[in-house]
Amino acid sequence: MLDDFMMRAALAGLGVVLAAAPLGCFVVWRRMAFFGAATAHAAVLGVAISLALSISVFAGVLAVALLMAILVTLTSGRGYAMDTLLGVMAHSSLAFGLVAVSFLTDVRIDLMAYLFGDILAVGRDDLAVIWSGSLLVLALMAWRWQPLLLATVSEDLAYAEGGSPRRESLYLTVALAVVVAVAIKVVGVLLIAALLIIPAATARGFSTTPEAMAGGAAVVGVGSVLLGLWGSWELDTPTGPTIVCVATVAFLLITSLARLTRARALH
Amino acid sequence: MGFHKMTTNTTMHPTHSPTALIEATDLCVGFGGRSVLEHIDLSLNPGEIVTVVGPNGSGKSTLLRALIGAIDLNRGRVRKAAGLRIGYVPQRLHIDPTLPLSVRRFLNLPGRHPRAQVDKALARAGIPQQADTAMTQLSGGQFQRALMARALLDEPDLLMLDEASQGLDQTGIADFYRQLEVIRDEIGCGILMVSHDLHVVMRAADRVICINHHICCQGRPEAVTAAPEYRALFGTDDETALAIFRHDPHQHPHDHDDEVRDAG
Repeated sequence: MLDDFMMRAALAGLGVVLAAAPLGCFVVWRRMAFFGAATAHAAVLGVAISLALSISVFAGVLAVALLMAILVTLTSGRGYAMDTLLGVMAHSSLAFGLVAVSFLTDVRIDLMAYLFGDILAVGRDDLAVIWSGSLLVLALMAWRWQPLLLATVSEDLAYAEGGSPRRESLYLTVALAVVVAVAIKVVGVLLIAALLIIPAATARGFSTTPEAMAGGAAVVGVGSVLLGLWGSWELDTPTGPTIVCVATVAFLLITSLARLTRARALH
Repeated sequence: MGFHKMTTNTTMHPTHSPTALIEATDLCVGFGGRSVLEHIDLSLNPGEIVTVVGPNGSGKSTLLRALIGAIDLNRGRVRKAAGLRIGYVPQRLHIDPTLPLSVRRFLNLPGRHPRAQVDKALARAGIPQQADTAMTQLSGGQFQRALMARALLDEPDLLMLDEASQGLDQTGIADFYRQLEVIRDEIGCGILMVSHDLHVVMRAADRVICINHHICCQGRPEAVTAAPEYRALFGTDDETALAIFRHDPHQHPHDHDDEVRDAG
């Protein structure tokens, strides 16, 4: 079964969107969309470092994404607004990453594969890494679901009840770094944030509970991966971007449909 | 308890009272070099209703947030009774509209509660019909009531209210403060609240703490309103109104209109 590259691609895509679904909901609820994108951009520096040191790209990206996320969390609220800090760190690490890669003359790499992903080239080892990371994130989300939700609604309520919202956001940060690291092969650094945000935003249109929204995001993500894979095969288009296009069409359709039904319910 | 409930002296000496629910010693908080709270000593005993008053920007909300542990202290410490359950009603709570959250689900965060218990809490807070309404669809007053219902759900030892009557109309406010005493008597909790609503707040309080970054004065409502520090901050206009309220607080338990007229 795993001998077929399309099958491996589908499994890789499913692994990523399943983990991205609950995490993406928190990214949307907590308005961390730019945080997600910035962490992903920083991943290019991770790619460069892993190639230079000949270590696994997954480990390099995970380390840089974590470092970047923790740096931002620690330095935020000290003079600069969060988005300014993120902008500086994300784009500088993207630029330094691109420059660093150009120095690696003895490694011939296809940079496009890291910017936009190369889901059709996913091997068995990649699948193992993707699904380990994905299951880890899902377990973390399931374990911390209630306290994370409370901290998202109000950090002060969480504090008052003996919770630790700072620790909860650290869990989110770690989960985000893991998803970025496993998704880089699938959709590339430039489109990872799309897989986090678009399915969650789509699911909002038809959800009345947080859990339904996470589940809905998973369904939208799975549908986008399968349809996107099929579409890119039929139309001979790049696979990662096609998956994101499908998700976006779903977002537009479902959001307008939800608007319509809500408008009709009011009349 | 060996600790008299109504503390009438104007300076408290919280020398690690074993009965205190919460006790702050030499609390100092500042943001970016600007000092917001200076040397606050405060303690609150079970069954006591304490109101913090002060002008805008005097650090009232910061004090509550420091007490619950949401703010790093520059100095001093906060001691809580072991296993203290706090019901907290924040001044502002913004729920992003992308988060689909019904009132019932909000009350079930983070711990799940039996359906009947949630219904009872909502009924007590005066919004029995809103269990399945989305939090973002509630009116200002309903939202405050939902926050209150959640704060009371687990029968807290200490209820902390930050401008909890905002969004309520005059009738609602009068009801609200009357209800606080009922709640205190029912579950025996201490209540620490912040309000700018001087008239009504003073009526419900056993002790008033007037702060303007530091504690200006504290004591029984009558004592505080007579204090020169209080008059310097608020003037004397409220005194007449307070006198009317103090005169016979239970004269018109069901006739809010009269009270509002009296106050005005």
